[in-house]
Amino acid sequence: MSRPLGPADEAQLADAMRQGDPAAFETLVRAHGPRLLAAARHILVNEEDAREAVHEAFISAYKARAQFNGQSRLSTWLHRIAVNSALMKLRSRKRRREEPIEDLLPRFLPTGHHVQAFTAWQEPADQTLARKETAAAVRAAIDRLPDAYRTVLLLRDIEGLTNQEAAEILEVSTNAVKIRLHRARMALRTLIAPHFGELSA
Amino acid sequence: MMTCREISEFLLEYTSGELDPAVRAEFEEHIRLCENCQEYLRQYRATISATQAAAGRPAEDTTEIPDELVTAILNALKEAR
Repeated sequence: MSRPLGPADEAQLADAMRQGDPAAFETLVRAHGPRLLAAARHILVNEEDAREAVHEAFISAYKARAQFNGQSRLSTWLHRIAVNSALMKLRSRKRRREEPIEDLLPRFLPTGHHVQAFTAWQEPADQTLARKETAAAVRAAIDRLPDAYRTVLLLRDIEGLTNQEAAEILEVSTNAVKIRLHRARMALRTLIAPHFGELSA
Repeated sequence: MMTCREISEFLLEYTSGELDPAVRAEFEEHIRLCENCQEYLRQYRATISATQAAAGRPAEDTTEIPDELVTAILNALKEAR
């Protein structure tokens, strides 16, 4: 069972962890494991991959324990390691075909108007079944985004990181995160539109 | 007046409430008059919601870590020592 840790618990735990105390690591795995597993599942979907990513994250954290300087919260530090571990695993997996981003962005006439006329998306009749199907269609579509865009979308819209946090993990500027996120959302809209009944242009 | 192309460039900042009030007013004026951009804005927002729904985020707080994973990690850490 996980339990929330207060700041005093965390500082004490961080000290014990830095000294390599085995009990501290067990507490760490039990307290932070569930959150890290949830994060890995968001990024990887596949359960086995998510568990492996968390496993590898804790090994990395153990090896890097001396580098934890208390400037960020222990939970933030671990989360960053787990997200990186999940992203590495994601990149190592064989991918479906990737679509060039430019082909998925809206097109405009010289006058600045949209080329395409957008029609309202249809909500399917069976909501429960529809939710499952939509979730699967959206995940498949995210998989078709180019890596640089897909990772930003996963970190921002699925994992819920801020622009700043995503920028630090990906080692790019906040502005690059915003641009990629915006393009990723527009591209994803194009990819999932047929699922909502939009006829392709 | 802003063009549809300019509107599309401001969507991220508009939907996250980061747009300057003056730009926001111009943006909203265009949206009020342009049905195509209204629909695109709706779909942009629906895409964000669909992405979040696809991740099953509400279950997040109840997630537990399987015991066998905890054991595997702790065993691996023993070996790493």
